[in-house]
Amino acid sequence: MTPSEKSAHSKPLPFWKRYIFSTDHKVIGIQYGVTALIFLFIGFLLMMFMRWSIAFPGRPLPEWAAALLGPNSTSGIFGPEFYNQLGAMHGTIMIFLGVVPLAVGGFGNYVVPLQIGAPDMAFPKINMMSYWAFLTGGLLMLFSFFIEGGAAKSGWTAYPPLAVLDADSGQTIWLVGMVFLITSSLLGAINFIVTIIQLRAPGLTWMRLPFFVWSELVTAFILLLAFPPLEAAGVLQLMDRIADTNFFMPSGLVVSGEIREAAGGGSPLLWQHLFWFLGHPEVYVLILPALGIVAEIIANNSRKPLWGYRSMVYSSLFLGFMSFVVWSHHMYLTGMGSVMNAFFQTTTMIISIPSVIILSALILSLWGGSIRFTVPMLFAVAFLPMFGIGGLTGLPLGISTSDIHLHDTYYVIGHFHYVVAPGVIFGLFGGIYYWFPKATGRKMGTVLGHLHFWPTLICMNVIFMPMFIQGLAGVSRRLYDGGSAYAHAQPVLHWNAVISMAAWTMAIAQIPFILNFFGSIFFGKKVESNPWEATTLEWTAAPSPPPHGNFPEIPTVYCGPYEYSQPNSETDFHPQNQPVEA
Amino acid sequence: MSTAEIQYIETPRPDTGLTNGKIGIWLFLASEVMLFGALFSAYVLLRVGAETWPMGRDVLNIWLALVNTVVLITSSVTMVLAWAALMKNNYSEHKKFLALTFLCGLIFLGIKAVEYGQKFSHDLFPSTNNFLAIYFVLTGLHGLHVLGGMIVMLYFLLFGRKNWVERPKMYTNRIENTGLYWHFVDLVWIFLFPVLYLL
Repeated sequence: MTPSEKSAHSKPLPFWKRYIFSTDHKVIGIQYGVTALIFLFIGFLLMMFMRWSIAFPGRPLPEWAAALLGPNSTSGIFGPEFYNQLGAMHGTIMIFLGVVPLAVGGFGNYVVPLQIGAPDMAFPKINMMSYWAFLTGGLLMLFSFFIEGGAAKSGWTAYPPLAVLDADSGQTIWLVGMVFLITSSLLGAINFIVTIIQLRAPGLTWMRLPFFVWSELVTAFILLLAFPPLEAAGVLQLMDRIADTNFFMPSGLVVSGEIREAAGGGSPLLWQHLFWFLGHPEVYVLILPALGIVAEIIANNSRKPLWGYRSMVYSSLFLGFMSFVVWSHHMYLTGMGSVMNAFFQTTTMIISIPSVIILSALILSLWGGSIRFTVPMLFAVAFLPMFGIGGLTGLPLGISTSDIHLHDTYYVIGHFHYVVAPGVIFGLFGGIYYWFPKATGRKMGTVLGHLHFWPTLICMNVIFMPMFIQGLAGVSRRLYDGGSAYAHAQPVLHWNAVISMAAWTMAIAQIPFILNFFGSIFFGKKVESNPWEATTLEWTAAPSPPPHGNFPEIPTVYCGPYEYSQPNSETDFHPQNQPVEA
Repeated sequence: MSTAEIQYIETPRPDTGLTNGKIGIWLFLASEVMLFGALFSAYVLLRVGAETWPMGRDVLNIWLALVNTVVLITSSVTMVLAWAALMKNNYSEHKKFLALTFLCGLIFLGIKAVEYGQKFSHDLFPSTNNFLAIYFVLTGLHGLHVLGGMIVMLYFLLFGRKNWVERPKMYTNRIENTGLYWHFVDLVWIFLFPVLYLL
């Protein structure tokens, strides 16, 4: 190290440079993670208001809750317009500002360079730019609630013609916000791929990579290639809204009883194709990092190598590829014709195979292990059946015949929330409990962890299981009164209040987590650099928390990522950076 | 070697044979292919679904576009020469060719502005019909890409010298990557010209 380099790295930086405009992947990862957790909370808050309207349509909110809404409610009652804003923004915030930034921006940024033995991401400044583009997009989205007419209200899918006809500016801001978010994830995706290809430590061959790194690599490729079409679609819809073009506006459209005066000739279906070309791969952007986290936790806590590591890797690659050819299974009811339906139905059935392989491998990894039921392990184990329910309930939706009955009902809501909420978010919670000691040098409390886990698990199921019942009875989604105007919904309406109660109870169940998270930063039990007795580089080669540059010296890797319980070994784990005795 | 230093910025990683920046720019171009690919698909879908679709040559000015095609292809050549000059260690020649490339970009945008002006003066707007709408979006987005490349070149023309003196290899790589991007922008135009003006 030359003197000039040394001074550049050991000079104490001012606060704003260290924590705000930092290029260190660990700081950026934490920025992403904390921002995303705040957005997850905001998304949850919006949903809690929606659940009031669904459970008790027309009844005024309690005064303190109405005060939160400000002018959006009159004496505690809010109408369908505001409900639609809540709905559109709940989806947008949860997916684009909550789960993806936490899974990719947060965990990916923090953990990937550590797991591959790199000092930082390949492009640290681009990494910082990616965070600031994300934050700008997020703040724009939030800002849109406070303008005249409020936020976007055409659903998170922003289907035209509705989205184009909406005269308020909320939808325009939504589109601009999305362009920022897409730019952010594009920069992030390039950075991840280059980092993983180029900055692997000596000896860390492809088949020695921890599964989490593989999952982030595939995720990055999906983000890189699936998001640009949505950017294109966003630009086209923006033009439709501000330059009066007709990309998505058909000829002879009748609005409020009169034919709309415009050139027309556009196709609303074009938007749906472009949107779902991103929208479906996006599902795997949500799932893959969570699968990666769960794989790490399960291998570590069952003290066994992952069962079928190679098949998991190949499955995730196949999954990434197939995710690009299933998008139209969201559009069976648009009249694409039976040939198209048959094609996308077939690809959809095929894509379920690699998902099942990965899930089966994770379950088989538990077999015969000496399982440690730590808090991260609780979340990882709960992830398996929850994600399983989410996946299996997707099959009837993937078959075009049964989809006719289930399309746009609460069954769909139940299905993808099982995948994302008790599935992906459980994986992410597990990841927070698992890597918290690495980031802070302290462990999160076990008692509070249990107080967080069990009520959340129960509430999740009480929320989403009845949605299948309602959906099978034919209750449509996106109804602000929860279906009370429909005769066929009456027999299952009593579930609405139950679901809402469970949702609000789940909010209370998050208090132990918030206390645990912030409390443990200062009062958590201090731990060594490898408290879980893990094998991967972030635990075995770097101190907790790792300094700028991560490793005292770049580690060399000698073996695979999950060398647990090897015979003839003194300990039940063999660090990746320890030479293997012949 | 400092542990905090990121490797393979100047020299390629032995097993991949590539520098970080080279992979980065190719990945970026891959995403750009998807961006323009989506817009071209939109063009196809709209045209197939339309009852009437004007022939590009009846609405647009082929000759201006032809000149622009020549200008852009020339700029790709000067871009390569700018990079080649660096390989020969000739900075002043490099600067000359980079400036020429920048100038070509400027001419291209100027001609494009004249074309846009002609359309507007004949009351032809994006809202007139979907042919003009997709024309303005595709060429507008392409124009923004030209502008982006020009900003990068301007940055190198004004502030690049220090980087060249301190880390010549790194600077050469940067120019090479800028060139890759510039050729891509050129290539998009090679597709745009026949699709919009001739077909």
